[in-house]
Amino acid sequence: MLDISDLTIEKAQKLIASKQIKALELTDAYFKRAVKLNPIINSFITITGDAARDQAKKIDDLIANKQPISPLAGIPIGIKDIFSTKGIKTTAASKVLEDYIPPYDATVVTKLKDANAVILGKTNLDAWAHGASGENSDFGAAKNPYDLERVPGGSSSGSASATAANQVLAATSTDTGGSTRQPASFCNVVGLKPTYGRVSRYGTVAMASSLDTMGHITKTIYDNALMLNTTAGYDPMDATSSTKKSEDYTKDIEKVPKGLKLGLPKEYIDGLDDKIKNVITSAAKKLEKLGVKIVEVSLPYTKYGVATYYIIQPAEVSSNLARYDGIRYGNKRDAFGPEAKRRIILGTFTLSAGYYDAYYLKAMKVRRLIRDDFINAFKEVDALICPVSPTLPFKLGEKASDPLSMYLADIYTVNINLAGVPALTVPAGFVDDPSTSSGQVLPVGMQIIGPDFSEKLLYQIGYAYEQETKWYETKPKL
Amino acid sequence: MKKQSPQIDIEKVAKLANLALKAEEKATFQKQLEEIINYVSQLGNIDTDNVEPIGHITGLENITRSDEAGPSLSQEDALLNAPKTHNGFFKVDAILEE
Repeated sequence: MLDISDLTIEKAQKLIASKQIKALELTDAYFKRAVKLNPIINSFITITGDAARDQAKKIDDLIANKQPISPLAGIPIGIKDIFSTKGIKTTAASKVLEDYIPPYDATVVTKLKDANAVILGKTNLDAWAHGASGENSDFGAAKNPYDLERVPGGSSSGSASATAANQVLAATSTDTGGSTRQPASFCNVVGLKPTYGRVSRYGTVAMASSLDTMGHITKTIYDNALMLNTTAGYDPMDATSSTKKSEDYTKDIEKVPKGLKLGLPKEYIDGLDDKIKNVITSAAKKLEKLGVKIVEVSLPYTKYGVATYYIIQPAEVSSNLARYDGIRYGNKRDAFGPEAKRRIILGTFTLSAGYYDAYYLKAMKVRRLIRDDFINAFKEVDALICPVSPTLPFKLGEKASDPLSMYLADIYTVNINLAGVPALTVPAGFVDDPSTSSGQVLPVGMQIIGPDFSEKLLYQIGYAYEQETKWYETKPKL
Repeated sequence: MKKQSPQIDIEKVAKLANLALKAEEKATFQKQLEEIINYVSQLGNIDTDNVEPIGHITGLENITRSDEAGPSLSQEDALLNAPKTHNGFFKVDAILEE
């Protein structure tokens, strides 16, 4: 049996291209692991055995016929169950769509299929991507592979846990307020929130259209850049996607630009939990040793981020979820779970006659001030580093009953969506929590934030740090 | 924005949102949403008199395309997930009374 425990996309592609392994062998090995671990971690809503094997066989034929193959050819990946997949059930983890089979693919899915990636299944999430723990899934919460009593983060709970548990080599994710970066941080994996418009939103169940970005989760920085090479680019089907040309994000990834200056935003460090603060300051010191200059910067409107976000996002949610009427597809509106109902009601209220100016319009003005904070900071520094989450991965059920306290934990991620800029979660170490049942330490990630369309720079910084630390080698004990 | 945040009329808002809420849901949401509204109302303290609201975040404007028909879903595919169809149409319950 093929040993897959140390594989990354980078390693697997070499094995496939040099014919040391067949794509079908690789798919079979990952399929077996995905099926075996799913009852424990619940990272998948659907696992697609036969379709995945057919795709893998096709790639082996291409190789046998000496056809050129892409770097993702034969790589088993997960697709967050919010991206439409033609002929494969797409639920958004909601009972409303429990039997919905899309008649078309999301653009990201089309691009990954064209690159001959193997779709192994649809990963779990908070229903409609509403949540930061995975517990809002109507099909049961996913678990954190580093401690099964804890949440993997959310909303891309299954994409992060499946990648961390090596059930797939990568998974797509979305990020509206932190849904890629926070679970990546909780599960010791790499997660990208691209610049708004860098990756097409077409065919993904819309949450908050002015904030939604299409990301992905991988074990390493290099793998992450490989995925973006495939997903990035203008799409005529998404009028908000950028016409700016995408780049080869793996090229020169090992080079850190000379004279690089990074900012530590004080609003993200003051009052931070000591253990998490230590992780971030040691990461900053590591980067200093690599010749990077670190300075303190200020983003004064940071504190208004959560309030701004929880006006704009539910307003757009209420509008996007209005289409679910049970007539064309999906079940009736009484099938919405409590969190979706809460956001629909909140958004409908703030958009209703007499309140629009005071809430949505006001928030869109404050949003400009928040974006200006970042634009001003990037006049002084090339990128920012900061924490992703104010807490360690918490216990299942611990916060589920108090929505406001759950929302407040989005403090370090929502401003980035409001500003539209890209950010990368990079594993930054482990800390012990005295209450862990398993005696195991818990992962902490850091965030690297850059100006619009600076994904390449984020990868270069992340890569340099990763080469020094290699936290991805610390695997969960499963 | 007033200092005192407004009470949410849950009945009215649920009707606007086309959601049928149970009595206990109404009570829970009333409390939770008032806490949230109270929290987000802090934006009222920020001076935004000379601030333009954000449009497209990285500045795209007026994206247009030519109005040309292209390949799209077949009628059969479009109706595949519909709970009720009739002669190639979506079927809905009557909304007008005689």
